[in-house]
Amino acid sequence: MNRYTRDQMAARVARDIRDGAYVNLGIGLPTLVANHLPKDREIILHTENGLLGMGPAPAPGAEDPDLINAGKQPVTELPGASFFHHADSFAMMRGGHLDCCVLGAFQVSVGGDLANWHTGAPEAIPAVGGAMDLALGAKSVYVMMEHLTKGGESKIVTQCTYPVTALHCVSRIYTDLAVLEVTSQGLRAVDIVDGLSLPELARLSGVPING
Amino acid sequence: MIDKTMATVAEAIADIKDGATVMIGGFGSAGMPSELIDALIAQGARELTIVNNNAGNGDAGLALLLKARRVRKIICSFPRQTDSWHFDTLYRAGEIELELVPQGNLAERIRAAGAGIGAFYTPTGFGTLLAQGKETREIDGRHYVLEYPIRADFALVKALAGDRWGNLVYRKTARNFGPIMATAARCTIAQVQRIVPLGALDPEAVVTPGIFVHRVVCVPAGATGATHGAAA
Repeated sequence: MNRYTRDQMAARVARDIRDGAYVNLGIGLPTLVANHLPKDREIILHTENGLLGMGPAPAPGAEDPDLINAGKQPVTELPGASFFHHADSFAMMRGGHLDCCVLGAFQVSVGGDLANWHTGAPEAIPAVGGAMDLALGAKSVYVMMEHLTKGGESKIVTQCTYPVTALHCVSRIYTDLAVLEVTSQGLRAVDIVDGLSLPELARLSGVPING
Repeated sequence: MIDKTMATVAEAIADIKDGATVMIGGFGSAGMPSELIDALIAQGARELTIVNNNAGNGDAGLALLLKARRVRKIICSFPRQTDSWHFDTLYRAGEIELELVPQGNLAERIRAAGAGIGAFYTPTGFGTLLAQGKETREIDGRHYVLEYPIRADFALVKALAGDRWGNLVYRKTARNFGPIMATAARCTIAQVQRIVPLGALDPEAVVTPGIFVHRVVCVPAGATGATHGAAA
């Protein structure tokens, strides 16, 4: 079966981010999107620990422990950047000022519910960070994930079985098999990887998908 | 004359008592007031409730306070990290209470305390495990959860520079929780890399006005391994 590579997925997400957008990229797979943002668009990256106008990782030796991203990795500030405290940073999310966030996920439901913070396993130490605020706050919530678990189960589900992060919040799902839009009539396939049919995609997903 | 400066970190934290609620600034290590925490460990206060975004990193600062078993409860958003082994050990042994709060709710609950707000409705967390048992309300078609302020007896924050009135400026993303925690504690203690004369800080650029700060203590960059010599 053909699959989109991680870089192809990231480039596909980047294509859907418009010029002038304020964007938060989640930890993990979504951070790859930064490498694919079109050069002819001015896109401002937000990191919830207090920076708008975040730039790429610094050159080796130029790291500054006071200049990090939400994953606590060293970053840089671009001309036009601004720093702010945590209440302002989350006002940017919760107040609906961010245009878009890109998040990883364990599961997404056909209704757009997101599960990405906790497996619910009894021995797991729960940690939520900014996941719940981000999922609710951005105008568009894009999820980027593998379509299937390592065991071959669909991560797109009728109802999330993992604890949810937020309800009815996901706009689009970008996987290694397809790009899906969450609509009031259910999921709609925007793109499908070459060689995979819509019925086959729906069968693998275990949920109805409209063309 | 107002002079909020203190000679030593030990003097600055001397009256933190057993059972106190202490906010500690920082996001990971950025903005963590490590020297104030080291002084608190040496001072010996126990049964503390700590408010921080995380639950300690590696073998420094807050992690060492946990390791020394001085913390009864931690209120935070992201305890589990690759280097949170001291917290993980205490949590698995049932020796520390965890109140897990979404990061934006944590920030807003601290802000609300500092701003005199009795409680507030937030959309974050609605329909999740973290809102179980909490009052909810639908306002203009959207669902909200009622959240209450988090107040503290003390706030320990790290800033770049301060003056004897307690005005503070911060450095880059080390600002994070400092300005809001400074407003939410009965006594706010700031460690700064340098103390400057009144008037040296541009009033247009002061981030935390001195009214929110009660004690300022100078910890020069590079004084210990926990700070760094950034040229800012």
